[in-house]
Amino acid sequence: MTLKNSSEEKTIGVVGLGSFGTAIARMLAEKNPVVAYARRAELVDEINQNHSIDGQPVSKNIIATQDPEMLCKSCEILFFMVPSSAFQEVVRAFSPYLYPYHIIIHGTKGLCLNLPNGKSLSDMKVISRENILTMSEVILKETVVVRVGCLAGPNLAKELSKGQPAATVVASKYNEVIHQGQNLLRSDKFQVYGNSDIIGVELSGVLKNIIAIASGALAGLGLGENAKGLLISRGMVELIYLGNALGGSLKSFVGLAGIGDLVTTCNSTLSRNYTVGYRLAQGESLETIQNTMSEVAEGINTVRLMKTFVEGTGMRAPITENLYKVLFEDLLIEDALQYLMKYPFSVDVDFL
Amino acid sequence: MSNLIFVIFVFNLKPEALTDDYIKHKYDPILPQKDEWPVVKLSKSRKEFVKSVAEASKKRILGLTGGNVAVLKEELETTLYREKLRIKQNPWAVDPDDDYEFWNNVKGSLLQLSADISTPKIEKKKKYIAILDEITMRYAEEIASNFKHTHYKFTRSIITSGFARLLNAARVKGVKRLFSNQYSLQDKIQIIGETEQLRDLASKGTIIMVPTHFSNLDSILIGWIISVLGLPPFIYGAGLNLFNIDIFAYFMNSLGAYKVDRRKKNLPYLETLKTYSSEAIQFGVHSLFFPGGTRSRSGKIESKLKLGLLSTAIEAQRANYQKGINDISGKVFIVPVTINYHFVLEAPSLIKEYLSITGQERYYAESDEFSTSYKISKFLFKFFTKGSDISVSVGKAMDVLGHYVDKDGNSMDKNGRIIETRDYFISNGEVNLDTQREEEYTNRLGNRIVEEFHIINRVFSSHLVAFTAFQMIKKQNKKLDLFNLLRLPEEDIVLVYEEFKKEVQRVLDQIFELKANNKIHVAPHLRRGIDEIISHGLDNVGMYHAKRPLVKNSEGNIITEDMSLLYFYHNRLDGYDLEKLF
Repeated sequence: MTLKNSSEEKTIGVVGLGSFGTAIARMLAEKNPVVAYARRAELVDEINQNHSIDGQPVSKNIIATQDPEMLCKSCEILFFMVPSSAFQEVVRAFSPYLYPYHIIIHGTKGLCLNLPNGKSLSDMKVISRENILTMSEVILKETVVVRVGCLAGPNLAKELSKGQPAATVVASKYNEVIHQGQNLLRSDKFQVYGNSDIIGVELSGVLKNIIAIASGALAGLGLGENAKGLLISRGMVELIYLGNALGGSLKSFVGLAGIGDLVTTCNSTLSRNYTVGYRLAQGESLETIQNTMSEVAEGINTVRLMKTFVEGTGMRAPITENLYKVLFEDLLIEDALQYLMKYPFSVDVDFL
Repeated sequence: MSNLIFVIFVFNLKPEALTDDYIKHKYDPILPQKDEWPVVKLSKSRKEFVKSVAEASKKRILGLTGGNVAVLKEELETTLYREKLRIKQNPWAVDPDDDYEFWNNVKGSLLQLSADISTPKIEKKKKYIAILDEITMRYAEEIASNFKHTHYKFTRSIITSGFARLLNAARVKGVKRLFSNQYSLQDKIQIIGETEQLRDLASKGTIIMVPTHFSNLDSILIGWIISVLGLPPFIYGAGLNLFNIDIFAYFMNSLGAYKVDRRKKNLPYLETLKTYSSEAIQFGVHSLFFPGGTRSRSGKIESKLKLGLLSTAIEAQRANYQKGINDISGKVFIVPVTINYHFVLEAPSLIKEYLSITGQERYYAESDEFSTSYKISKFLFKFFTKGSDISVSVGKAMDVLGHYVDKDGNSMDKNGRIIETRDYFISNGEVNLDTQREEEYTNRLGNRIVEEFHIINRVFSSHLVAFTAFQMIKKQNKKLDLFNLLRLPEEDIVLVYEEFKKEVQRVLDQIFELKANNKIHVAPHLRRGIDEIISHGLDNVGMYHAKRPLVKNSEGNIITEDMSLLYFYHNRLDGYDLEKLF
């Protein structure tokens, strides 16, 4: 190991430079040197030569590379900021260079499928909890790294990049990971909370995307704040039931990464998931929307996965199930809404 | 019966999957000179060792109380209260004569200290620490093993030769029976799995063997196995209740047992116990933990482990790295072991306890069916003369994070790349102590051990028939919960043989599929014809119980005489999702 002892000089790795990855790299670069991994060669050159990302200037503290080995050798702490669809593949590319002393914190709000070899989701009648991996579970499965954490919370990348005040949650089973995350990210404008229920925090970030799509759809239909209030609170109940079934704890769902993120995403045109719902309600097809978006809306994949999971457990998740029909089976949003209005929710809150 | 054993033995000679194969083997001792045995070295310096344990645990407790006198005082008072309660309510023969007196003196000193207002704080603190010192010293002395090499040799020879006599007396016919060496204990108790790796690593690093625990006989059995494998004795924590019985106390002491008193749940005791284990591992003494903490009451393979002792393995490993011992001599290896029985003597009382605990949470006293030497001897005689086979599966060695290790003891990731266990204890470039991290590592190790238990577990015909029969009965009575199911009148339950056979075959097919995926092991007798397997299973399942869990009635159908016992033996195959077949 050729690491420096002082935490001031520690080089931090950032894997993936999407909008959130870039925002995190900027924040980290305020205190520490950063090595960033990007897949596009032009981006690597742009960062190393012009110190900018897509034309926006960034700190000279950030250098970029396409070489996982170089990144792993120079950093003890890595932030994985890759969309869930590419997560497993990227982690596998890094795996040969990762050692037990590494710490990984990820910021991906999606799920990954873990199916028997050669099977795809459409082959599976039902899927159970073992077939679903959160991103931290992917890291544990694919690498020897054990000290793993996640970042979640209301962190719209555009607002973070402008330096507006915000907060996040670093969740890990290991206090040392939480402390490292706090030391690296905390600033006057950025508050960092700790949580030991990493699965609950990951699921909060993942499941809220379903509700965000629905919320965008309501807005796209031109419906008002009463409807949104209804959706958010019923959505919260659904999120908690699904989250518990997947092994998260209630406490995390009512925290910053749960309610906090849910409220933010359900109200923001900056959210990709919200935008998907909005444009659907405006009459665009899912295909057109996906083709014209520069980054992935994680919620779409999450809806598909959770719908299959719900069927296997015998639970009911009316919002998820209807959203699935809207997204993949051409159910009209208006009809889905009608169905939800008639659905017999009799008890307001029965989970506390 | 002797024919049957013969069949099994012959059968074993057929080539099969490697680890399922049992080849009778003679193992030379890995350390021929007893002076080289770590446990002998430890017993020679027993006095100093006990002292260092007491001192280290005192430091730990002071660390836990944060140097706060009020907290320390409270801990001491709680300890005193609980100890007095124990002496009054649950005294045991093995308790020292001066127990009452000692704790009375502690009481006196504590009273005097708290009434005293003239002594300055620093002086008072010193006095509280002095009391703690006495307590940890007493506990360390009480816990420490009394290993004596001469006793060990004697005990070992009793077990091997004495039992071999019994075995041959029962099996060999004619005058020669008393002198025959045709059968040895190794025919009776098969040892399979990674024995060579274990022997190899035991000569280089420190082994912690973690077996499943179903019967009080396990301690002796494992002791014998360790000796057959040519390993120096392991120390292990044995329930103090076992020392109540003279014959057991003798065996335990000579096999290197230290004492664990489950009545004592106070902080100083638990910390002293952990320190003892951790220091012994650092000393290089091989240890044996029953990670379930106690015998499995349900008959299930342990799924929730007691992590207290296990954490000492991780602690000792980190301490070795902190001392700069980075090579294999300071490495701690975890070796899971499963013991597979057709018959568990204590099954009736174990399952009864299990049901009363799960049925309604209530306190139950530690009871003992091995209460007299007579009962034990009777059991041992039955066991050795009648033949109910036992097999012991030795799993692959792992590091304290649960990674498999290669022949040189290097940890490997799942792709076979060598990694340093030391790196898991590094923060900012240095090995450091982080108790919260080690707690999580302990949980992780616990989960890995449970996984390995399920993989190396060896299915017997008796487990198969018990599992199938119970699941069939459960399916026929879908609406009943477990407790009502177990209360069904036994005379009403009949399984038609042909249907039973069909279901056994289905479960067996699934077991072989699991085996193909390396998720379980099977005994060679499961490769015979299905009728033969079933009759072997019926003959063996819980064979010495007054009420048999499964028997054939006069029409050739399957009936049970005791549902709870059937449930107990069925549970051995819990945790493989086999119940989904029904």
